[in-house]
Amino acid sequence: MRRNQVAVVGAAETTELGVIPNMSQLQLHADAALNAIADAELKLSDIDGFATAVETPQQVCHYLGITPTWVDGTSVGGCSFMLHVRHAAAAIEAGLCKTVLITHAESGKSMIGKLPRSIPADSLQGQFEAPFGVYGPPSMFPIPVLRFMKTYGITHEQLASVAVVQREWAAKNPRAMMKDPITVADVLNSRMIAYPFRLLQCCLVTDGGGALILTSADRAKDFPRKPVYIMGTGESVETPMVSQMETFNSSRAFKVAGPLAFKEAGIAHKDVDHLMIYDAFAHLPLFGLGDLGFMPYEETGKFIADGNTRPGGKLPLNTNGGGLSYMHSGMYGMYALQESVRQMRGIAPAQVAKAKISVCHGVGGMFAASGTIVFTNER
Amino acid sequence: MAEPQRARPKPTPETQHFWEGTKAGELRLQRCDACAHVYFPPRPFCPSCASRKVSIFKASGKGFLYSYVINHRPAAPGFTPPYAIAVVELDEGPRMMSNIIDSPQTPEALELDMKLEVAFQKLDDNITLPVFRPAKG
Ligand SMILES: [Zn+2]
Repeated sequence: MRRNQVAVVGAAETTELGVIPNMSQLQLHADAALNAIADAELKLSDIDGFATAVETPQQVCHYLGITPTWVDGTSVGGCSFMLHVRHAAAAIEAGLCKTVLITHAESGKSMIGKLPRSIPADSLQGQFEAPFGVYGPPSMFPIPVLRFMKTYGITHEQLASVAVVQREWAAKNPRAMMKDPITVADVLNSRMIAYPFRLLQCCLVTDGGGALILTSADRAKDFPRKPVYIMGTGESVETPMVSQMETFNSSRAFKVAGPLAFKEAGIAHKDVDHLMIYDAFAHLPLFGLGDLGFMPYEETGKFIADGNTRPGGKLPLNTNGGGLSYMHSGMYGMYALQESVRQMRGIAPAQVAKAKISVCHGVGGMFAASGTIVFTNER
Repeated sequence: MAEPQRARPKPTPETQHFWEGTKAGELRLQRCDACAHVYFPPRPFCPSCASRKVSIFKASGKGFLYSYVINHRPAAPGFTPPYAIAVVELDEGPRMMSNIIDSPQTPEALELDMKLEVAFQKLDDNITLPVFRPAKG
């Protein structure tokens, strides 16, 4: 794909984030979509392309009253929206549609109108993982951590520092769920969830949503907001079974998606002003820093513990507070994208001064899938 | 009221031999006749070279502890926390999720790379699960 040919011209989250007991999951999609439409100063009838995950495109399109000529229902977990951005950019460039709306919403906490997730007993996961006591992401996502720590000499304190640093960012963000400062000791003394991870190393569970609107870069200059260009993209999948990953020392999906996006954008690591790495659990930023090639894996824990990713550090990471402190409705990728767009527009609550390039890296399932988007505010 | 039950696998045509094996006290893997690749979970072709000529064989049942979590909460139905959910690397190469028996479920007792051997845990007349215990000697 050619760089900077497509831009984000509308971006918004749901009016409320956190606990939203008065809205169904489907209405959260609509709330986010209407906010993004208003942000772009468009009408619903201007939308001719649509993408969403978990909920079907037909469900959300009909509810909103949209008649699309291009749809994408790619649903590979929390990074689905990174893949939607990539697919939408290709579709706009190919002339399949002009203006794409991407929505995410999840009633993750209040569970109103949320589709049930279950693992069939005759699926491979149902036969070869479920009988051994896995029960939701906290029991599965951290399974690779101990191997990763042993291979690279990562310490428990370094993994705790991920949560501490992200809380520093969250403190600057009025919409973050958790804003009170925490220490490494607080993290290591919080309730055990699934050893080696404790409560403060696991994502929040909240309600909310977000939506993006994309169009061609040529049309984007006529919109009210500063265009945020899609500079590079990448995607991949590995396996829905965490036990069957090629290795626990890295993520194959990360190692495909990340470098693909960097190559397409034509950037080097030193060009990155702002970074989002989907942090459902505290080990993900370490995998991301290593798999995206920012540094050797051995240095990732020390890099974060030394404060390099904190406010004022040389590589601002997860500047909204992340899934650990900002919000996490279940599929966090949309909120990471929203923060990258805010940073590129220059309107983030914890704005990184003069940021021109933002890398937004997502994970789906338990390392099952990955999508990476490189944004820029300069064409 | 009945106790909530542990999730029970339901075999498919492609996995039947594996579950027949555990019932008979054997851990069965598959090997490609064309390229010798050994793989898991079961399927009637080689995921390395796509050959449909594959053979089922009895694995040694030996391996080592590759990684694990000790789950505290929420606990799966039929499990009493804390319990370890382990990934075992078999001597033949493939890895599989399992549980560790005959060992305290603690970080001190569960050392990465410790040698393990398969054991079989009967759930009912249809399903026997492969689990692992610390290898003797
Ligand atoms: Zn083969």
